[in-house]
Amino acid sequence: MSSGLGLESLVDQTISVITNDGRNIVGVLKGFDQATNVILDESHERVYSTKEGVQQLVLGLYIIRGDNISIVGELDEELDSNLDLSTLRAHPLKPVIH
Amino acid sequence: MFEIRCLRDLYTSFFLGFFHPKPRLRTAGRLLEHTRNLCLSVRRKMLFFSYFKDLVGREVTVELKNDLAIRGTLHSVDQYLNIKLENTRVVDQDKYPHMLSVRNCFIRGSVVRYVQLPPEGVDVELLHDATRREARGG
Repeated sequence: MSSGLGLESLVDQTISVITNDGRNIVGVLKGFDQATNVILDESHERVYSTKEGVQQLVLGLYIIRGDNISIVGELDEELDSNLDLSTLRAHPLKPVIH
Repeated sequence: MFEIRCLRDLYTSFFLGFFHPKPRLRTAGRLLEHTRNLCLSVRRKMLFFSYFKDLVGREVTVELKNDLAIRGTLHSVDQYLNIKLENTRVVDQDKYPHMLSVRNCFIRGSVVRYVQLPPEGVDVELLHDATRREARGG
């Protein structure tokens, strides 16, 4: 009984992936599979810190292995453009502990 | 003790009944039980899958293993208990601004710690009966 994965609707959309080690990677979803392995194009990592604003590190074309993924979120471009990343201060996300 | 020193000794040992077929049967019995337990557990996995399918449309809060808690409407669930939420907002938005621009998300089943449900939405008796049935063997 294999029901749809549900990531199909997100293909070619900008998504925000949160990995098990607490990293936030934003990119365009190009592909996925049953194991939630994900192909991200034009990706960049957003590094949050309490001392300075959000750092954006350009990564390019990335494949993220499924076992390392926590959340795949659909990034709302409008909401994202309203965000001022340079003033955002936050603790980095905690890693996943099984 | 009977020692097997040559092929003739091997044949003799069979004749004397030293290689009894019983051990093979014992293994088969264990295998059967193991398969039955597996079948039961597979069906038990289907129990929560079916339960979540009935909860689609409800407002739930999913707490993850990295302590992040996300509130949203349950859109869909799959066999791995991956959860798709709509209209999401993080419970403590000031502490976790990482998902401010995300409104719909897919949460991998392996990373879920709790799924918090509204108490009115849960029929405990029904779940209890279903679990007992599944445990008994369907």
